[in-house]
Amino acid sequence: MLIPINYTIRSLLSRKLTTFLTVFGISLVVFVFAASLMLSYGIEKAMTDTGSENNVILTRKASQGELASQISRDALNEIANFPEIEKSKDGTPFFTMELYTLINLYKKATNSMGNVTIRGVAEKSFELRPQVKLIKGRKFSYGKNEIIVGSNIEERFKSCKIGSVIKFANTNWTIVGIFSTDGSGFDSEIWGDVNLFMTLFNRGTIYSSMTFKTNPKNFEIVKQKIAKDKRLNYIEPKIEKHFYKEQSEMMSSFISVLGTSITIIFSIGAVIGAIITMYSSIANRVVEIGTLRALGFKRRSILIAFLFECMLISFIGCFIGIFAASFLQVITISTTNFGTFSELAFSFELTLDVIKYSIIFSVIMGFIGGVFPAVRASFLSIINALRMDV
Amino acid sequence: MNANSDNLIQQSQNVENVESNNTIVSIQSLSKSYWREKFEIPVLKNISFDIPKGEFLALMGPSGSGKTTLLNLIAGIDKPSDGKIFVNNVDISLMGESQLANWRTNCIGFIFQFYNLIPVLNAYENVELPLLLTKLSKKERRERVELVLNIVGLSDRMDHSPKQLSGGQQQRVAIARAIVTDPLLIVADEPTGDLDKHSAEEIMLLLQELNAELNKTIIMVTHDPRAAEKAHSIRHFDKGELS
Repeated sequence: MLIPINYTIRSLLSRKLTTFLTVFGISLVVFVFAASLMLSYGIEKAMTDTGSENNVILTRKASQGELASQISRDALNEIANFPEIEKSKDGTPFFTMELYTLINLYKKATNSMGNVTIRGVAEKSFELRPQVKLIKGRKFSYGKNEIIVGSNIEERFKSCKIGSVIKFANTNWTIVGIFSTDGSGFDSEIWGDVNLFMTLFNRGTIYSSMTFKTNPKNFEIVKQKIAKDKRLNYIEPKIEKHFYKEQSEMMSSFISVLGTSITIIFSIGAVIGAIITMYSSIANRVVEIGTLRALGFKRRSILIAFLFECMLISFIGCFIGIFAASFLQVITISTTNFGTFSELAFSFELTLDVIKYSIIFSVIMGFIGGVFPAVRASFLSIINALRMDV
Repeated sequence: MNANSDNLIQQSQNVENVESNNTIVSIQSLSKSYWREKFEIPVLKNISFDIPKGEFLALMGPSGSGKTTLLNLIAGIDKPSDGKIFVNNVDISLMGESQLANWRTNCIGFIFQFYNLIPVLNAYENVELPLLLTKLSKKERRERVELVLNIVGLSDRMDHSPKQLSGGQQQRVAIARAIVTDPLLIVADEPTGDLDKHSAEEIMLLLQELNAELNKTIIMVTHDPRAAEKAHSIRHFDKGELS
């Protein structure tokens, strides 16, 4: 028979200060743990949301991204004729060739320079990415020195409002619109006419990437065709969603490892705190333990009661930690993505996985914190406990 | 609770099975020693005596004479080094730890010098505690707890925590907890040791009533001659032997 739960709860409440401090310690650790996971998921989400399962992106092999990728127009034209590429509304193949490069702009917050992605796009770029929505102003006119900027760029960089003029490629560009994709990596880019950019950046006929729409089932066929053609086999096709996810992996892994390392160090402190709390709680309740055993409660009932007490502290700490971490969702962070060298804005993302891992983590902390004191309590001799001779 | 332990307890509770001599506790050649580092300290030396059913026995003697050790052995919270203890014809010295725990729940009521109530539970919950180890329903438990709290005169203090009760009232709650399972034996270790004279008299009167009216067998360790006077018989201990 188990010792009643109200005994455990009231025992905790009777030691308000030590219970509060232990709960506080554990909630801090869970907060840091959850925050680092949320950050890592936020980066992953920003990048994963950038791509689509139905789009295939082509870049040069081993280029590690669009920035260092160079593909000739001839090769891309060859691929554009593949029958696997879906047709757009006008009956032409549904593809876009894009230019991707970086420029420097001043950040509002620090007045320091940050790398901002410039993407030269065509009309079909918008059709391939229907998530791109103009939230202010209008789309740029093709052939004119006009650009549109992502919402994160408008928010974080100087002179990026509608009507502002920024200079790059020895040309002044007027911002005519702001677009948003609700948090994907595109929100940290500047878009303009690809043909104009190709000329002004002196790129000749060398594009950075090509994106086309296809049925995911045809991806392997396209891949095989490119690999077998000697003129094209320097090009690597990838599902767009996977491509952008890979771009975030280095950074999200770095944050995960850093966050987990910090959390582990913190958790050692919290577990030691929980162990001390539980040992002192047992020391204060030796006679109670002896009495319960004398009345007929068995060792395992004592063990479970004390383990449950520590787990309960840990659970409360866990929920406070997650609750506090949930407020981080309103914060958006902008930093250089190691994968693309460009500025990327992302938010803390509270997912079910973050909650699940935080609960598992706190259960482990509670168990480690409680098991040794609980075993000690359950192995106290009844006679010694009643005499307080322990 | 395993079948073997069930049998032992059932046998122990079946008063009809008691031998014709009406003995409820039989102590045979009982010895107990403790070890302090390398040294063996004998506490009880070859003790033998019987306690009849319905007895109110006081164990007296100086500190360290072995009277509390004997009480602990009879109550099944300690194991003898040698010899046997029969309670209701069952040799409890043969029982394992888990069997003893079940046996204590059903057969022993404890009264301690410092009451040993659980401070975070109220009077009702303290008395109910041993019943949680039985198969009684919540309703049956409530009836029993209310009955015994009425017997000890504390039916109006059920919701009070130990802190809100006087020493005498706390010991009454402890007595209610000791009798709530209707045990074969009540063991009391200095039940008046922490009480003023008036409260001590009240507690002794209550124990006398339990013995006389409910026919409870009580074994009490005490230093207080006035408390011992209330018992039917007194056994004196000295240096681990009956004197």
